[in-house]
Amino acid sequence: MVKISEITGPLMLVDGVSDAAYDELVEIKLRSGESRLGKVLELNGDKALVQVFEGTEGLDLKTVSLSFKGRSLELAVAPDMTGRIFSGLGRPIDGIPELIPTKRLDVNGLPINPFSRDYPNDFIQTGISTIDGLNTLSRGQKLPIFSASGLPHSRLAAQIAHQAKVRGKEESFAVVFGAMGITYEEAEFFISGFRKTGAIENSVLFINLASDPAIERIATPRLALTAAEYLAFDVGMHVLVVLTDMTSYCESLREVSAARREVPGRRGYPGYLYTDLATLYERAGRIKGQAGSITLIPILTMPDDDKTHPIPDLTGYITEGQIILSRDLERKGIYPPVDPLPSLSRLRDKAIGEGRTREDHASVANQLFASYARGREVRELVVILGEAALSDTDKKYLEFANEFEKHFIRQGQNESRSIEETLRVSWKLLKILPKEEWKRIKPEIAEKYADKS
Amino acid sequence: MIKKISGPLVIAEVEGAKKGDLVRLGGKRLIGEVVELRGKNASIQVYEETSGLKIGDEAINTGSPLSVELAPGLIGGIFDGIQRPLEDIVNVSGYFIERGIDVPSVSREKKWSFVPSVKEGDVVSAGDIIGQVEETPLIKHKIMVPYGISGKVETIKAGAFSVDETVAVIEGQKISMLQKWPVRRRRMLLQKSPVDSPLVTGQRIIDTFFPIGKGGAACAPGPFGAGKTVIQHQMAKWSDADLIVFVGCGERGNEMTDVLKEFPTLKDPKTGRPLLEKTILIANTSNMPIAAREASVYTGAAIAEYFRDMGYNVAMMADSTSRWAEALREMSGRLEEMPGEEGYPAYLGSRLADFYERAGRGKCFGKPERDGSLTLIGSVSPPGGDMSEPVVQNTLRVTKVFWALDEGLAHKRHFPAINWLLSYSLYLPNLSEFFSKEIAEDMAEVRAEAMKLLAQEAELEEIVRLVGLESISKKEQLVLFVSKMIREDFLYQSAFDQVDQYSSLKKQYYMLKSIVEFFVKGSPAVEEGVDLEQLKKSEVVGQIAGARFMKDEDVTNLPERVASSINALRSGGRHG
Ligand SMILES: Nc1ncnc2c1ncn2[C@@H]1O[C@H](COP(=O)(O)OP(=O)(O)O)[C@@H](O)[C@H]1O
Ligand SMILES: [Mg+2]
Repeated sequence: MVKISEITGPLMLVDGVSDAAYDELVEIKLRSGESRLGKVLELNGDKALVQVFEGTEGLDLKTVSLSFKGRSLELAVAPDMTGRIFSGLGRPIDGIPELIPTKRLDVNGLPINPFSRDYPNDFIQTGISTIDGLNTLSRGQKLPIFSASGLPHSRLAAQIAHQAKVRGKEESFAVVFGAMGITYEEAEFFISGFRKTGAIENSVLFINLASDPAIERIATPRLALTAAEYLAFDVGMHVLVVLTDMTSYCESLREVSAARREVPGRRGYPGYLYTDLATLYERAGRIKGQAGSITLIPILTMPDDDKTHPIPDLTGYITEGQIILSRDLERKGIYPPVDPLPSLSRLRDKAIGEGRTREDHASVANQLFASYARGREVRELVVILGEAALSDTDKKYLEFANEFEKHFIRQGQNESRSIEETLRVSWKLLKILPKEEWKRIKPEIAEKYADKS
Repeated sequence: MIKKISGPLVIAEVEGAKKGDLVRLGGKRLIGEVVELRGKNASIQVYEETSGLKIGDEAINTGSPLSVELAPGLIGGIFDGIQRPLEDIVNVSGYFIERGIDVPSVSREKKWSFVPSVKEGDVVSAGDIIGQVEETPLIKHKIMVPYGISGKVETIKAGAFSVDETVAVIEGQKISMLQKWPVRRRRMLLQKSPVDSPLVTGQRIIDTFFPIGKGGAACAPGPFGAGKTVIQHQMAKWSDADLIVFVGCGERGNEMTDVLKEFPTLKDPKTGRPLLEKTILIANTSNMPIAAREASVYTGAAIAEYFRDMGYNVAMMADSTSRWAEALREMSGRLEEMPGEEGYPAYLGSRLADFYERAGRGKCFGKPERDGSLTLIGSVSPPGGDMSEPVVQNTLRVTKVFWALDEGLAHKRHFPAINWLLSYSLYLPNLSEFFSKEIAEDMAEVRAEAMKLLAQEAELEEIVRLVGLESISKKEQLVLFVSKMIREDFLYQSAFDQVDQYSSLKKQYYMLKSIVEFFVKGSPAVEEGVDLEQLKKSEVVGQIAGARFMKDEDVTNLPERVASSINALRSGGRHG
């Protein structure tokens, strides 16, 4: 006889289990008729440890009945799933009836064979200079935004979603949005944005709000990525996936780990957090011979603005770069407050240059990085020594850093700059510096582009 | 019969289980390895995702340990952590990797042209080369007598054979070109000898300042984005090893794709042949099962040692060893072992030491007499960039080269972001003879002078930060200027520029010599009253900056040009 023997935190220990499988989906029926979902975390003899997605609140040891479903958690998919809004566990919450699925997919997915991957090198123009110019995004890349409380990551993500395009190509695209533990207002901001631009027709939304069950969040990004894989590799669309907020997701994982009394890793997060995040992030990519692609922008808030916190740290170790927002720039009133120096796109060098963006792109970007870094060092010197103590060259660097922030980093929330415009602004700024300082620019490139732009 | 399932750990009763036995589990016949025995129960680490396994599912003992297949057909291939061929897996399961796939590591169909090098009647023993196959134009795959076999060659034939066909009979034993080797067992050298020549990588900061010897061990620790992978890719591309084994251990899928896509198009600097003809890839990407991650470095090392035994200089890169250590930690946690520092098992240090000890050079077993070497280069990914954590610290104890990747440099886009004040190579004494004989007699002095300038720069910058540039002498300002040249025109090296990505040792020497010459000639000039600004503006400064992109022969006379141009300033200064 299947019988619940313990309920602790989000977990149930079940006795008398005979035919259950590891990772199997469990349906939990309450006397009230309510039904919840869970999954098997561990099997030991006739005991099963079950994690309840929708929380254990209100469950008892006596009246609750369980059924093991003989499969893992699945998502029903169909071509007409775009335009729909689902809960964090995949139930429709837009008042429209359930999909008529063409198939059901295991939300855990399978690893992409590295041999089958196609390298992401199609330049996506986001219209944002700090991204396009310096930390270029490619189709099929996973590029997170590292933010912190109070910074405008949602605005930036929405701006990217609205402006992003691969130039010269008209192809079918979709946005998949997975929200984990965000506020109603933030969710509304995205949804109304998608409505305004009509993007909602091409979007699939999975929404778990701060007020929704926390453990459900563990499923949400998997549902979103399963939908994305279906749209990209079955339907052939270019899919942009935005997942926010990964910090809430990780906290839910930590909650389960603590309830299981696992040996905690750094700051209480489980030792397998890296692997767990990787099984999500690595679902982005392109596949040889397939039309579609998955580009992934996870958003996370750095606790304490600390980049070495395990969540941003492990994310950065998996993703193909990171866009870091800075409180300092935000305080100066600069939008988007992207700090270019610690930001990175690992795929940049293969996505830019002649035939992709422009021949001078890499030189310009490398020089901007080096010069802005020097300018910031000089700014620190000024604090101690005053501007008078600076050499003439350093004064130029200081001016460069200030102008760079004003004219390159800063731009409007609806301003979409072409890559040519970004490069034009770049050359104009570089001319503040003496030419001998352009060590990262090949002379022939400087000659060809410095005055043309 | 399975009794417990917890992620990648399964506890089962297994017939006749020995530690290390390979076990197949459940209907999908998932692959696992016995890691612990307790009473009737065997703890099994499973190399595939365990979802769907049930209590009571069968656990069948294969009776043999996890092994690699060693035979022609490995080069140019990409394999998972337990050596399943990823290309062939595509044919079976499409672009996603399904579970329970059974494909042989090397093709049984392909025929190789075997050329014997011993005759019937010859007496051979383990390790002797009995023939070879041209696996790629770059690598002659030597067929060696397997361990445990010796005696008279009864038959041996030339011709086209698949790897499992008999090519020779030795003392009644049929020999094919295929050998199996237990992954966790080390292949020994007959006799080890000390490192005496560099693994030339073409990377200036490495070859000139912190070189690694053939047969040596190096580590590159650093936070994400500091350049660990790029530096390892650079070495896989340009180093003068005969064969490269690159193990992508728990890192990104696209980084493996990058290698697969790029290496066929890049040419080996020594031979001009496509690089993939001397490369073997092992990929357990971060989303692939964690237990196979632990195995992947051993799979790589076994293959690398096998080629070393043929008499090749093999280099193996493991990116990243931290993921391997984390896999150890996860299995150890599930086995409920007593955790040591940061949750890592107490045997972390000994496992790392044991791994890096596989590096070395020396005499191989068997005839003809031959030397081989295995160079090991591991990256380490410390959480939060904290170099005091256990994996970095235990690795530093057993590697002789430390390339300290520095986040600050990476943020400024100074690449390779190897910190020149923190890094070291303990092979410099072993290699000094090579450098003075092969490159230049004063190579060591030039290097030492440059290092001295960089150290002075750090001190002077501290002073300038506090009291301003005016407070230091002209000569000290020259030190700052010259060390900036060392940093920007020599140490900085772009991995993405067609020319800059590789510098020959000679070119490296002439580049650095020019900069040092600028200082050696420049400082008396400044003392004599030559205007520093004028010196800074002299034409050779631009030539030094452009040397990165010059052909080797154009750099050779740069030191003289520097000297004569400064001499001209000096005599001009005296007259004026
Ligand atoms: N030698 C180099 N030349 C140019 N760019 C480099 C070099 N080394 C690193 N980079 C840049 O830094 C990024 C991160 O390097 P990577 O090796 O992937 O870091 P890690 O493996 O330490 O996370 C690369 O994508 C590249 O843009
Ligand atoms: Mg890396």
